[in-house]
Amino acid sequence: MQRAALLRRPFLLLPLACVAVAGLGFAELLQRAGEGRYNPHTVPNFMVGRPVPEFSAAPAPPGAGFSTADLQHPPQPVLVNFFASWCLPCQAEEPLLDRLKAGHVPIWGIDYADQEAALKGFLQANGNPYTRLGADPKGAAAIAWGISGVPESFLVDRSGIIRWHLGGPLTPAIVADTLPRLLRKYA
Amino acid sequence: MARLFPLAAVLFVLLLAAPSFAAGSMLTAEQEARAEAIGSQLRCLVCQNETVEESSATLAANIRMVIREQVAAGRTNRQIMQWMTARYGDFIRLDPPFNRLTLLLWSMPVLAPAVGLGIAFAAGRRRRAPPPPLTEAEKARLAALLE
Amino acid sequence: MIPELGNFALALACCLAAAQAVLLLLGAEAREARLMAAAPGLAFGQLIAIATSFAALVWSNAVSDFSVRNVAAFSQSQAPLFYKITGTWGNHDGSILLWCLVLAICGAAVGAFGSNLPAALRARVIGVLGAVAAGFLLFALTASNPFQRLWPPPMQGNGMNPLLQDPALAIHPPILYLGYVGFSVPFAFAIAALLEGRIDAAWGRWVRPWALTSWCFLTCGIALGSWWAYYDLGWGGFWFWDPVENSSLLPWLTGTALIHSAIVVEKRESLKTWSVLLAIVTFSLSLCGTFLTRSGVLNSVHAFAISPTRGVFILALLGLVMVPSLLLFAFRAPVLAPTGLFAVISREGAIVLNNILLCSMAAVIFTGTLYPPFAALLAGEQLSVGAPFFDSTVLPLAVPLVLAMSIGPALSWKRAALFPALQRLWWVALAAALVGIVAALGWHGLASVGFAGAAWLIFGALADIAQRIRLFRVRASESLSRLAGLPLGAIGAAVAHAGLGVTIAGISGMTLASQRVIFLHPGQSTDFAGYHWTLTALDRVPGPDYVARVATLEASRDGRTIAVLHPSDRRFPVQGTAVTDTAIRTNLLVDLYTALGNVQNGGAEVRLRYDPLAPWIWLGALVMACGGGLSLADRRLRVGAPARRAARLPA
Repeated sequence: MQRAALLRRPFLLLPLACVAVAGLGFAELLQRAGEGRYNPHTVPNFMVGRPVPEFSAAPAPPGAGFSTADLQHPPQPVLVNFFASWCLPCQAEEPLLDRLKAGHVPIWGIDYADQEAALKGFLQANGNPYTRLGADPKGAAAIAWGISGVPESFLVDRSGIIRWHLGGPLTPAIVADTLPRLLRKYA
Repeated sequence: MARLFPLAAVLFVLLLAAPSFAAGSMLTAEQEARAEAIGSQLRCLVCQNETVEESSATLAANIRMVIREQVAAGRTNRQIMQWMTARYGDFIRLDPPFNRLTLLLWSMPVLAPAVGLGIAFAAGRRRRAPPPPLTEAEKARLAALLE
Repeated sequence: MIPELGNFALALACCLAAAQAVLLLLGAEAREARLMAAAPGLAFGQLIAIATSFAALVWSNAVSDFSVRNVAAFSQSQAPLFYKITGTWGNHDGSILLWCLVLAICGAAVGAFGSNLPAALRARVIGVLGAVAAGFLLFALTASNPFQRLWPPPMQGNGMNPLLQDPALAIHPPILYLGYVGFSVPFAFAIAALLEGRIDAAWGRWVRPWALTSWCFLTCGIALGSWWAYYDLGWGGFWFWDPVENSSLLPWLTGTALIHSAIVVEKRESLKTWSVLLAIVTFSLSLCGTFLTRSGVLNSVHAFAISPTRGVFILALLGLVMVPSLLLFAFRAPVLAPTGLFAVISREGAIVLNNILLCSMAAVIFTGTLYPPFAALLAGEQLSVGAPFFDSTVLPLAVPLVLAMSIGPALSWKRAALFPALQRLWWVALAAALVGIVAALGWHGLASVGFAGAAWLIFGALADIAQRIRLFRVRASESLSRLAGLPLGAIGAAVAHAGLGVTIAGISGMTLASQRVIFLHPGQSTDFAGYHWTLTALDRVPGPDYVARVATLEASRDGRTIAVLHPSDRRFPVQGTAVTDTAIRTNLLVDLYTALGNVQNGGAEVRLRYDPLAPWIWLGALVMACGGGLSLADRRLRVGAPARRAARLPA
């Protein structure tokens, strides 16, 4: 009878063990959430390290549009920036894009789900940092690149491979440190 | 040769019009059903609680259009799902994939009742076990009590 | 001054709860009669203190006292009074205070209605409730204090979430919490039994009313939430397997298992260890639900977003409740020796099957809900587990459960013969098969399985009652008198099982729903679901704190107007958000559902839905809750411990 009771003991401790393990897991998750390393809502993007996808951005005055072929062998690394006139963080990142333009970084813009007149107004109000400009009114290019919102930016190297992705607006730190480093690496 | 030109012109116009056929209302009922089925398996990335079919977000409408274009172009369900997960990862699928990582998840509907039945039978057997036989001393005590 | 009073009352409640816990648990250990007798008094005292505190918060909301930080953050002066009051629990701090209030109500209820319990057990139960309450009150006082002041007070609040300005959503939290927190009483009974080192048949009888009451409220709370989602969100969905919804379903599933296994504890003194574990697990799942909703760890739209430090506090609270209880369980459970035996084929055996299936469903839903964060933690992979997964894994487990639900009540206690029971149910099976075949001929396959299952449950419940009153086997008058004499518990069980059948019929009907989304200008019309729909007007209507666009849709058939519906879209300028209000016309069999989408260029996008049997989903839940209520009214549940009478000396 004693042996049976002793054999039962591990089973009875099993719920407690599960709870302890789960509790430790949750504590770690909370810790990470507090540090910003964990967010269940972020959408991953898998395009980094892969060639530029099949897409085309329609002409958008003053831009003439561009497509996959134009990005397959650019003479220097290109920053592809998805934006829209109705998007507030896009307006907020315009000064940083201007800074990049002043540093001779080619920025190719794709205007997502927008209208020509609105785009004109946006560029007039905020300036035009784009070397090349295209429009994606139906969002087909956005989906091809794996976008989940605007603004998002990608760095394409000279062999047409996507090397970096940012799922949000640019920050001063990125413009001061990350991008120059990457541009030097893939120059 | 001259007679081919009008035909070529007509074909050329039709070719130009082809993308607009693919993009919208020209799907057959069966293709539309297939597109809806695929859309119901994808998570809207903006309103992450809804499927791509249900969501009113612009991005979801874009994805719905891309799905229909691909269905009209003849790609299989599997190819379209792969195209989507290549860009967004397994996160966009509402149905998690079946691989080593999700083995515990998918086997739970079989594992849980099996474990439950196992515990029930083990407990039942233990309870049904007859009491251990009496020792000599206990037999003597029993005899004395019954006297 | 009122908020200060509220804060003081909160602190007082915390001290009283701590006193309740310490004095009563020690008193029960030492068998001190006077300390044990103080149980109801302490519980009432705590209730008065926390009720005062809660009243102070409600008052601050009602008069829009923006010097209270909580009111300024979540309310505004233009909101209607009813929603100002119900908005008290629409945010994290207020909802924690509501949680504490319901815990105190549970303790006081045990004090008031627990006079049939032996003194030591009652003292321990109220003591445990006091301990849990002390933990939550401490949390409310230190990390989630709703009475923090803001000086200088702003002229206007930040605004109330417009989604909360809805009658169903306003009463949803109190009802849901009465369910969730109500399960703290069976939990306390389980801990008390472990501390005492003994469970007898009476424990099963005493615990059942508390578990049943909580179960009824939880059923209503979940149904209310689902109904709200259906009529408010605008596309006709009613269950999304969202993590927060799942965390309310989990205690419901294990709670259902508990109300059944408690019956076996009472009848056979068996399944004791299991019932104790189930009671602990059910309340732990309620607490987990609280944690998960507030922690931000899960991908859900419902989550109250709070800081991770508060999440750590709740996690610690959770640990403090669950770890000692499970430790106590591991060490004391072997003492609860089972005494009764029963055959595998018997009503007890059916209840064991019911428990296994319900807990398996709970295990699957639990795993699915927690897989994404743990996969992200352990493997760095981001996956999502959504509706398709849950539909394909939970429904196969529900099928044997539905089958067993009508067979179980037909089996006899202790030892039963399966085939005679099945033979008695021949006409139920026939009816279910007929319904299934008719449905399959008319509609899609899966719905017909659902309808057959619903018929099986409803007719099975009727068969159960018919069996008990020996219908058609004795004279009608005798059947009638048997019916009058049937214990309410038996009727309640049949009603509750039938209620689930009604819900299943409703869900199956919804799989046959059809919809159309169309852009119309005023004057245009379309044909849908056998009706001719015309958009007759599109108006702008201002409200107290919003501006609404209201559409008037007329549905007619053969020239006769059947219904006039007014779906609308409300925009709230203070918060900058919009809420859609659907317009539904129901005859309790079919819902004609309309919603308004984008309004532009003088026209509007209108969504039309034809939802057969949709109302039955929530009516079925109401029937289930009524069944539970009927069982509660059973006289047999009020039997208590024999009162000590003065010994009579022989003459």
